[in-house]
Amino acid sequence: MMRNLHVKEWGIAFAALFALSLPAMAETAPGDVAFADGAVEQSLTGGAGDAENGRAVFVDRSLGNCVTCHANSDVADVPFHGEVGPTLDGVADRWTEAELRGLVVNSKMIFEGTIMPGFYVKDPAPRVREDLVGKTILTASEVEDVVAYLRTLKE
Amino acid sequence: MKRTMIATSAAALIAGLTTATAVFAGEEDELVIDGETLVTKAPAPEGSPFSEVISGWRFRSDETQALQMDDFDNPGMIYVDQGLDLWEAADGSEGKSCADCHGDIAGFAGLRAAMPKWSEELGTLATMEELINYSRTEHMGAEPWKWESNEMLSMTAAIGLQSRGMPVDVATDGPAETWWEKGREIYYTRFGQLDFSCANCHEDNYGNMLRADHLSQGQINGFPVYRLKWGGLGSIDRRFKGCVEDTRGVPFAVGSDEMKALELYVASRGTGLVIETPSVRQ
Ligand code: HEC
Ligand code: HEC
Repeated sequence: MMRNLHVKEWGIAFAALFALSLPAMAETAPGDVAFADGAVEQSLTGGAGDAENGRAVFVDRSLGNCVTCHANSDVADVPFHGEVGPTLDGVADRWTEAELRGLVVNSKMIFEGTIMPGFYVKDPAPRVREDLVGKTILTASEVEDVVAYLRTLKE
Repeated sequence: MKRTMIATSAAALIAGLTTATAVFAGEEDELVIDGETLVTKAPAPEGSPFSEVISGWRFRSDETQALQMDDFDNPGMIYVDQGLDLWEAADGSEGKSCADCHGDIAGFAGLRAAMPKWSEELGTLATMEELINYSRTEHMGAEPWKWESNEMLSMTAAIGLQSRGMPVDVATDGPAETWWEKGREIYYTRFGQLDFSCANCHEDNYGNMLRADHLSQGQINGFPVYRLKWGGLGSIDRRFKGCVEDTRGVPFAVGSDEMKALELYVASRGTGLVIETPSVRQ
């Protein structure tokens, strides 16, 4: 009994400590993202993303791998752009920041039945590879980085 | 909701334009082997989701296409030769070869075009691999071959070649019907962390580039296929496995009921095409 109580108290103390020292921990969990007409107003991390890293995530095969489906002149240095999705040149002129965030988090909220994966969705379909169960393709901060990068794609 | 629909139709328009204007390297090429032209594009049969059925050969580069046009250059032919040797080789407790019972392998012309098919003896939808192993164990008293073994690939290639140029002709009725339906269901189910179905890539996007890959209709009339990437011949199941893995999903086990159902359904989507075994891919 005594012991259990101690553990619990420590737990509360730790939680309080984290809340104080890391305000950025107010990260939105995959299931809690609030959509309005397919758009997501709130930054998933509470902060602004890093466009430069977003560009890296965009081309990286194991991360966004966006080039697999989308052509994008800004990354012309990367070979082989796919043509499954529309070209992303000038995408920031077509969509607001909130819409771009919605598109990266879960584009199915705007394009029903699209082939484009939801990058911040847990276990969207059956038979997810075992080591990926419960995981999203991108982390919250990677999503924000990609959104910041897409915001730079103006015509 | 309204905005969702507008966005969707705009995107559909973009996608439609891409598909309609997509001209790919081999689109107008003809597959001629030994002076014989093989059908690689045909009007789709009734009930098909396609308007035309197109062989995977048409989507490949000139260099890869050329390898399949000349049997001396086709690396799959080495397996065929091995298969022909195995056809004559006695094996197992009965000391018999395939040839002892079946005579000339040419007698199997048409078999590959009908695979997979319902088998009374096996009491299941049978693949070529299963028919071969049934004969090995039941008639020869020999060990079954592993699905992806050199022997099995060589034999399925050698038997498959006997049907080259013959139209795909799989039965999807009778006892095969429930298998076909199961296969169709799997084909349209999204799998894995990337949430893709077979149809997302091979029905909605054939003709489009997926990074460096030119998406085909995912037809199986050329299997087993020699893949330069594999450096060897591979079965239908190996290809399906790779495609499900690309969804970051758990593939069906080789030889499982799901694989067989999928094989029947995909084979039926190629009705109108002809057998091209052994075909060559990059
Ligand atoms: C497997 C294919 C695929 C991948 C991977 C993919 N997309 Fe898409 N994307 C699409 C398709 C297709 C559309 C168009 C919607 C539709 O018609 O389904 C689209 C639409 C979009 C749009 C709207 C474009 C416009 O002009 O309207 C944006 C923005 C976008 N994607 C960003 C991304 C980003 C960023 C990534 C990677 C993090 C990504 N996509 C990965 C297929 C893909
Ligand atoms: C993410 C996209 C994607 C998905 C999903 C996918 N494939 Fe594929 N598939 C490919 C690519 C890329 C190739 C190689 C190029 C080609 O032939 O289309 C390929 C090749 C094939 C081939 C070889 C075709 C030939 O002519 O050699 C077959 C058969 C096939 N796929 C069947 C399937 C089946 C069945 C499924 C579902 C279980 C599936 N694919 C899911 C991308 C995909």
